[in-house]
Order: sequence, then C-alpha cells, then structure tokens
Amino acid sequence: MSILIDKDTKVITQGLGATGLFHANGAREYGTRMVGGVTPGKGGSIIDGFPVYDTVRGAVAATGATASVIYVPPPFAADAIMEAVDAGIGLVICITEGIPVLDMVKVKQFMQGKESRLVGPNCPGVITPGQCKIGIMPGYIHRPGKVGVVSRSGTLTYEAVWQLTGYGLGQSTCVGIGGDPVNGTNHLDVLRMFEEDPDTDAVIMIGEIGGNSEEEGAYFVRDHMTKPVAAYIAGITAPPGKRMGHAGAIISGGKGTAAEKVAILKECGISVAASPAEMAQALLKIYRPN
Amino acid sequence: MNIHEYQAKAILRKFGVPVPDGHVCYNGASAREWAKRLGDGPWVVKAQIHAGGRGKGGGVKLARSADEVRDIAREMLGMTLRTHQTGPEGKVVTRVLVENGCNIERELYVSLLVDRATSKVTVMASTEGGMDIEEVAAATPEKIFRETIDPVAGLSPFQCRNLAFSLGLTGKLTAKATTVLQGLYNTFMACDCSLLEINPLVVTKEGDLRALDAKFGFDDNAMFRHLQIGDMRDFDEEDPNEVEASQHDLSYVSLAGNIGCLVNGAGLAMATMDIIKFSGGEPANFLDVGGGATIERVSEAFKIILSDKNVKGILVNIFGGIMKCDVIAEGVIDAARQVSLKVPLVVRLEGTNVEKGKEILATSGLNIIAADGMADAAEKIVQAVAAA
Repeated sequence: MSILIDKDTKVITQGLGATGLFHANGAREYGTRMVGGVTPGKGGSIIDGFPVYDTVRGAVAATGATASVIYVPPPFAADAIMEAVDAGIGLVICITEGIPVLDMVKVKQFMQGKESRLVGPNCPGVITPGQCKIGIMPGYIHRPGKVGVVSRSGTLTYEAVWQLTGYGLGQSTCVGIGGDPVNGTNHLDVLRMFEEDPDTDAVIMIGEIGGNSEEEGAYFVRDHMTKPVAAYIAGITAPPGKRMGHAGAIISGGKGTAAEKVAILKECGISVAASPAEMAQALLKIYRPN
Repeated sequence: MNIHEYQAKAILRKFGVPVPDGHVCYNGASAREWAKRLGDGPWVVKAQIHAGGRGKGGGVKLARSADEVRDIAREMLGMTLRTHQTGPEGKVVTRVLVENGCNIERELYVSLLVDRATSKVTVMASTEGGMDIEEVAAATPEKIFRETIDPVAGLSPFQCRNLAFSLGLTGKLTAKATTVLQGLYNTFMACDCSLLEINPLVVTKEGDLRALDAKFGFDDNAMFRHLQIGDMRDFDEEDPNEVEASQHDLSYVSLAGNIGCLVNGAGLAMATMDIIKFSGGEPANFLDVGGGATIERVSEAFKIILSDKNVKGILVNIFGGIMKCDVIAEGVIDAARQVSLKVPLVVRLEGTNVEKGKEILATSGLNIIAADGMADAAEKIVQAVAAA
C-alpha cells in the first residue's frame, strides 16, 4: 500500500509537448503504467508508443485511466484541470508552473462537490518508489520504504529524499503539493492520508514562508497523528514582501514568516530541522526504523 | 508588478470608481498648466514613487494657487524621497500627480485580495482609513470587516450593504458604496490583481465617496493577458538586477549579504540562503534558475550575481530533476570564462546527469571548489569568502 498511487495506477498525460513527452517517457521507463496522452487535434495518432486522444473523456473511455498528469502551458492549464475533473479522473496532478491565481480560484469552485483530488499546480508530482512515478522527479534517488514525504518545493523534496536514502531509509510516497497560493492539496490532506496508510511509519513535512498550510498540518499532527513527524521550513532569511520564486512564497502583512511557522510546528511536537541538510537527522531523532 | 498612483487611478476611473480629477506632470510649467485646467483649487501635488508613507516624507503637499502647484512640483521633481518603504537610499521623484483636493469628512479603508485559506477573493474594509492596516489588524481587529466573494455570484449587493453599514455609512452613501465596491471587484477580476488597496477611501463633505489613493499588485503569472498593464511598468522603480533577471525568466531577489547563490527550485534556493546564514555567512541574493534552464540562462544568472559588487563568493547548488547537471556545468563554465571570475566558486551538483556535470567542471581548468551535500557546500563557501 501507499497513498494516492501504486503499481496499478493507470496514467494519462495531458499536454504531450516536448516537456510532457520527455517526462511521460521517464515515467514509463520507471515502470509507471502510462496508458496514453491527450492533445486536442492529434487524437488517433501514436507518439512514442503513447496512443493520443483528443479529449480526456475519450482517453478515459479507451484506457480506463484513473490518474492524469498535466504539462499544459499556463494559459490553458486551468482548463485542462477542469477537463480531467469533468471526465471523472480521480487523481489530477498538475505540474505546470505559472497559472494565474484567479484561474485557480475558478478551478477550486469548479471542483466543489466532485470526487477528484488535485495535486499541485506548480509541483514535481507524486512518486511511490518502486511502483509508480508521476511527475518530474529523478526516480533513481528514491528507495521503497516507510517514510512519507510532503512538500511545497520540488528540489527540497529531492534533497530530503536523498538524505533519507543516504541513511538507508526508503519512502512510502512522496507528494509535492506545489508552491502556488491556491492549490488542490495541502499539507493537512497528505498528513491525514499518511496517518491512515499502514505502509507509512513516519513523515517528513517540508514547508516554506507564506500562507498557513504548514500550521494547519501541525495542528493535525498535534491532535490526531500517532506517527513521528519531522519538518523543515525554508525562508528564515527571506525578506518580507518579496516573492521568493514560488507565487505562494511571500511574507505579506508580517504573516507567514518561517520563524512563526517553526515555533508552531515545535509546539505541536514536530522535530524541526534547523538546517536543510539535517532533515533526515531531524526525523531520526524521533523515529527508530525497525 | 506594481504601478504608479496616477496609473492606478486611470484604471479605476475606467471601471467607474470615483477618483479625484488629476493629471501626471513631469515639470513645473505643465503642473501649473494642468492645475488651471483642473479647476479653481485647492490642489494636491503628489510625488509618484512606488512606496507608501509619502506624506510623512514630504511627497504630498497642498497648494492654494496654480503658481504654488508649480513651485511645489519643481521642488519635488528630482528630490530623493525617503519613506519607511523605500529604505534609507530613497527614491528619486521623476513625476508628480496634480489633482483636485477634496473636503474630507471621513477616511475609510478598503482592499481586495485572494485569500489563500478559502481560495476566494475577499474584501476587507475598515473605519480606520489612512492608517496602516496591519497595525489596525493587530490593535483593533474588531474595526476590520470582511466579505468572502463567491466566484460564480460575484460580489453581491447585500455584501456591499453589510460592509457599508458596518462602516457606519447611511442614506445615499450606502448605495454609492455598493457602486464603488462592485467597481473595485470588477477592476480586481478584469486586471488579474493580487491586491487592490484603497487607503483612504474618503467620504467628502458633499456626501460623495472618492478613492484618494490606490495601490495595485498584479499577478505576474497573468500578465500575458494584460499587455497594456505590462506597459505601465516603471523599470526605474525596480532593482536593476531584478529587472535584468526577469527578462531572462530568472527569479531573483537581491539581499544585503556577500555570498551569491545560484540554485534550481524556489524551495532549495531559499534553503540555500538559510544554510549560508546557518553556517555563519550572509546570502547576497535569492536566485532560482528554474526547471528548464538553458546554458545561456545559467550564464546570464551568473553574470547577474556577479554584477552585485557586494558578492565575494558564489555558491551553486543544484539538485537536478528536469534540470540536468551537465547543462548547469556548461553554463557555469561559459559564464566564468566570459566574466573572468575572480571570487571563489563552490559547486554542489546532485541529480540527473550528475557524473557528467562533475566531469565537465573537473576538466574545465577553472578553479572550482567541489562540494558534497548542502552543508559541505555552505561551509566551504563561507570559509573561502572569509579567507579571501
């Protein structure tokens, strides 16, 4: 078991441009069941062995796909998410960075009352090592195991995974929730799934300045989680009022500072790494793998 | 992206939000001319810089004659205005807004923003206009009123009335407030704002509402569909390195320290700044080269870092996912050759094509300090800068 995805997950790629195709191939090589792609107007063709469909509905009908990964360019990505949701795709993972925030406000409204879960946008994707990789992460740094990872940042997730793998600790599932201010899945959602997942024994949660997703997650850890959780928050040195790369990484109105988040996480019993080089060590302080 | 007050007011006027009549001027003579055209006075002359707190710094003045408008404009143009938002270096004033004064009865506050918790646009209003809203929120949160806007229904008249009555408006002013609030909401949506703040929104002695100041923040991700707003960008108001970086699709923020960093990924870039500090150094910048960087882009990033005279050493920290380590390596070498690198350079590579990248660096003949892991990289650059 794992969360969100496993070896049986059938995935379609929305946006089989150069980037989408590159990562669809990478995922297939990793062993993911990449069953096709959607590019409007190119339905019926086959690109690199991937059958292409004009619509997500068509792709779902033909392949039985239950997950979709989106590489569609930012102006059209919100529409692509809604198309996937409308077609009944259970898990929609949007990699695209740069979607206008008001488009995402619309998407969130559109998703009300629907069954789909959106991960991202502006995220690296989701991987269950050894079973299924959906997204842009380098597969080889991961090992199957028992530690769950949830993060707003792609490269910081790789960093944490690399440290874990270095200590011989494999990962159950790694979820990149993305760096945008309005997104589909937050820390809390993923922590809840990890708590319920019998194959996850411990969790590393990675956050950054801006918003309050980390704080919400921390209160869940304090009130409901039985598994050990370690964390790292990026942006201790970030100046207020400046967007630090991610659209959502901004200290506004004095709110969302790293110091504030770290204090709350610690109060909630989370082992917080002072340095990004010590994420795995912070977990090992409170977790004895068996 | 930010714009000037006079530009903000022009946009608001288009959406039916009442603002004082006024005009932007670049010299004293035209300020005098415009004052006469606008009316009989009094007028307000306002320095146009992208920073709040202008009044306290002498950037907002009342004039009772057209000659006085000219004199004040001459005084302001070319002066360096320092406010709590400009920093000690201040901003040079190159344009002023001349506008009709108004008889202020009350000052209110209104703003719109995307609330991350609800994923919806929220209106905030307060009776404490003219004040710093963060201070109001801290000291008297009961004086701030909020309405969350349904994306389908939009800002409903009942919500506007809720706010108007909370603000103590009565009679015809409640209907006028609805017009103003809906105009602001329409502006916000049509222009892809991230923030729209009217502080103050004044009630005049004549019983009208006027947006006396306006601050816009735009969603950079949406500017592709607002080219005319993009044209309003005033590059003089921005850090030149940040402008240069944005033209190469690099995400760069200038900081006060002396260790430049070049990183892929926003989270890792922030973490790299943090670990430099943790290791006893001070970061000079945030720089994310992004996922799909080319050799040219990495090379540009390198040049931007080096154009900051405070930089005494550079740390390159790459964990390649999309980004391939050999591309980074080529870019680093390319740039180091072009600018004849004189400061210590520490490179840490991990991820896709890492072996190829390391080999390219090792055989380049350049004096590059290789590092294993983030902690090692940070310690090495801090030591190298201290020793230099």
